[in-house]
Amino acid sequence: MLLNPAIMALILVSAVVVLMLGMATVFAVQVLRHWDISSGSEQQLILERRTYLISTLMSWAFAAELVSLLLFIYNAESMSGQFVGAMCATGVLNVNAWGWPTLFMKITLFFTGAVWLTLNALDNQGYDYPLIRLKYLLLILIMPVVMLEAYLQLQYFLQLSPDVITSCCGSLFSANAEGVAAEVTAVSPAIAMWGFYVSGVAVIAMGVIYLLKNQGATLFSLLAIVAFGLALVAIISVISPYIYEHPQHHCPFCILKSGHGFAGYLLYIPLFLATAAALAVGVVGPWQHIESLSMAVKVRGQQLVRLSLGMFILFYLLSVAYVASSNLVMQGVWW
Amino acid sequence: MSFIRRQRYLVDYILSSMLRRKGKNFGLMLVYSLIVFMLASVMLFTHALKQEMGLLLQASPEIILQRMVAGRHDFIPETYLEKMGRIRGVTERKGRLWGYLYDPSVKANYTLMVAEDQALDATEVIIGSAIARARGIVPGDYITFRSFDGESYSFQIKSLLDHETEIVSADLVLLNRKAYRALFGVGEGVYTDIVLSVSNAREVPKIAEKLVQRLPDTRPILKQEVLRTYDAIFSWRQGILFVLLAGAIMAFVIFAWDKASGLSAEEKREIGILKSIGWETSDVLHMKFWEGAVVSLLSFFIGYLFAYLHVFYASASLFEPVLKGWAVLYPQFQLIPSVDGLQVATLFFFTVFPYVVATIIPIWQVAITDPDAVMR
Amino acid sequence: MNRISLDNVTKVFNQGRPNEYAAIRGVSLTIEPNKVTCLKGPSGSGKSTLLSMIGCLSRPSSGRIHLGDQMISGLPERFLTDIRRHTFGFIFQQFNLIAGLSVIENVILPAYPLAPDHQSLMMRAHELLARFELDHKADSQVQWLSGGEAQRAAICRALINNPQILIADEPTANLDTKLSHAFMGQMSQLRKLGKTVLITSHDPVVFDSPVVDSVVELLDGSVFLGEEHAA
Repeated sequence: MLLNPAIMALILVSAVVVLMLGMATVFAVQVLRHWDISSGSEQQLILERRTYLISTLMSWAFAAELVSLLLFIYNAESMSGQFVGAMCATGVLNVNAWGWPTLFMKITLFFTGAVWLTLNALDNQGYDYPLIRLKYLLLILIMPVVMLEAYLQLQYFLQLSPDVITSCCGSLFSANAEGVAAEVTAVSPAIAMWGFYVSGVAVIAMGVIYLLKNQGATLFSLLAIVAFGLALVAIISVISPYIYEHPQHHCPFCILKSGHGFAGYLLYIPLFLATAAALAVGVVGPWQHIESLSMAVKVRGQQLVRLSLGMFILFYLLSVAYVASSNLVMQGVWW
Repeated sequence: MSFIRRQRYLVDYILSSMLRRKGKNFGLMLVYSLIVFMLASVMLFTHALKQEMGLLLQASPEIILQRMVAGRHDFIPETYLEKMGRIRGVTERKGRLWGYLYDPSVKANYTLMVAEDQALDATEVIIGSAIARARGIVPGDYITFRSFDGESYSFQIKSLLDHETEIVSADLVLLNRKAYRALFGVGEGVYTDIVLSVSNAREVPKIAEKLVQRLPDTRPILKQEVLRTYDAIFSWRQGILFVLLAGAIMAFVIFAWDKASGLSAEEKREIGILKSIGWETSDVLHMKFWEGAVVSLLSFFIGYLFAYLHVFYASASLFEPVLKGWAVLYPQFQLIPSVDGLQVATLFFFTVFPYVVATIIPIWQVAITDPDAVMR
Repeated sequence: MNRISLDNVTKVFNQGRPNEYAAIRGVSLTIEPNKVTCLKGPSGSGKSTLLSMIGCLSRPSSGRIHLGDQMISGLPERFLTDIRRHTFGFIFQQFNLIAGLSVIENVILPAYPLAPDHQSLMMRAHELLARFELDHKADSQVQWLSGGEAQRAAICRALINNPQILIADEPTANLDTKLSHAFMGQMSQLRKLGKTVLITSHDPVVFDSPVVDSVVELLDGSVFLGEEHAA
């Protein structure tokens, strides 16, 4: 194991987040068991006040998870000097089998947090808390996910031993290697770009439909998930080589560095925000029929879909701009 | 928009409230800043050292070749330079002569090294500035070393080594080849080790492989590996210090918890009034978290600023012995200031995050004050 | 115009514990809009408890409270607060001004969570202070005010969100007779502006005042007697 402060911080954060969610879960179980909105008893008042504590705990827990996602990537980046052959974050994640799953869990938790907090905020706008059982059941289901993330991360760091020869992004993301990452790279650039554009058009079209008619929230969310996945594939397979101006350099992390004008932030922040907002639309949308929420659903749904559409459009424009302004010419090779 | 405006009103209120009770947060901020100061000092210091090392090693050769005899480092015959033959990618190869010499007068080890390119006479040396400081000598003075057979040799100090590289040159003595052989009784025809320069770093592992094949009794040491080792060692030391400081962080968390839950009667009444005139639980929660944010930012800033001054202007006088090593001759040098985002983020997680978590429950307990409490 | 009606309202403290007691037992009454109503009774009769339930500061253990058409007795605190800050203004026995803040800062405090435009808020506050002859004291600290001035500052604070209903809990307990009469004068002024006023008091200056339209007498948590006054 490596004992460096960033690793200690990450382990500390995941442990504390598990603790916070554990507390929230205990309270949630109490609320689920004794909740009676029609009662004027002191017990009910206590439970209602607990909901504030649960909301606060969850907000901070997910905020911490988001920052820990960033810290995790930065740390991987900075440790690349300590592993033979690892030249960037990719190599460090590759040191053992737990690296990538941890990263995926962290991303999953980011979206889970966005979804739960949206549901919570929506429910707080209905005077009879119509979704309270649903949201606290969900909370109880999130608990194991958070524990799994903490476990994977702990395993990853415990089994990090320096000097294991790892493949850096050059070999991992070169088309003749094996594994998930390589398969993504091996996707023909043409197919990747077709998927990228088609899913982009579909998700934006669906968003516009929801914006105008207040219908199709769920479909919009599903399309957004697809578009998110295909966007990541396109970034690895096509967009990042254009940014690096090197046809064999596919790393999704190196674009976060200053050497490439922090292009990664300009792409990932809109993409993640757009997807999170789209998922939130899907969470908000189906509750229009609940009388105490219908107004809130309308207002919030419209806000979220506007945010999501704006961010998606920004993301696609930036991606196209990076490809168009690159000095790399792949005419005749890729297309 | 109205959300942001509401937060502005809340910040406004909490700022005026904090100004009304200037003494209240003083103790907390003092401890808070101190914690940030200690952790930030450790981080800034090790980070700067690591960078310094990296910069210095930049100039050192890619490969050092040592001969092993019975598993121990031994002198390497000059003939090995021929024996290894031509290797593609190696731009330069040469033998080096160096060794350690114990000086009982200052109870320190010097590193003696033959410098062919300095055109030194057999009676001249160039020394590191730490030695000059320890012995209180200046260029032109004489320094005496005892040789392997008990003879004393005096050398005139020609000059001092560059101040900038002091972290590695502190204990260095450069001397003539003849003087070296006389001091240590080393015969002709051998070197301490051989260094190879390689222009393309990617070829280094391949070259090392070839060397081991051709000269099976040698061990190549790669610059990459040295860098990696320094990296790991500095991270490790930093980690150890953090573990030691964990107790302090824990104490701080308990202190923060206590502080947040022990509100004065006047503050409690104030919150009761706010709730009675129409503030909601979440308004009070937000307000209190803004208070935490102000306290945290100020303490973080103060602590970090002092750590910065401590490390880069006071040469980290508090941590030097622990982090730099255990040598008697301390290098004295100004570190190049460098701040790094990862470090700041990590520091944040060690200080602000525990503070926030420790105050959640106390703040919530205050925020759920009964709105009609003031009527009783 | 919102009428407030209470239907068999009960408030029990320490439910299910040995020290359980009922502060309000089955109170039913109606408070007419644009009238000054006084809840009268000895201390411990449950006046303040009833007042806090009507003012959305707390919830009844059972029974219903309607504000106009809306039932407010079953609402969670979050929404009660929202109704409260739009509908009710409060004047407390101790004035409950926050020491260390100026008069104007105290007056605008209830508006903070509603986040109105700062300029228009300040204008409204100055108008109110001017109406209650406090404008010259706007920037003085509240702890330097006289009893009468503090009382008027508290009234201004209660009015800052332009509520329909004004609730005053023992407002004259800390005032001398002259100031108490002045207070009742201010209340009649507010009634002329179309506000509903609800006062608890056991001070004859209040419940015998010609300003009061109706008196509800409470005893041991129940309505004892209702007598009508000529307006």
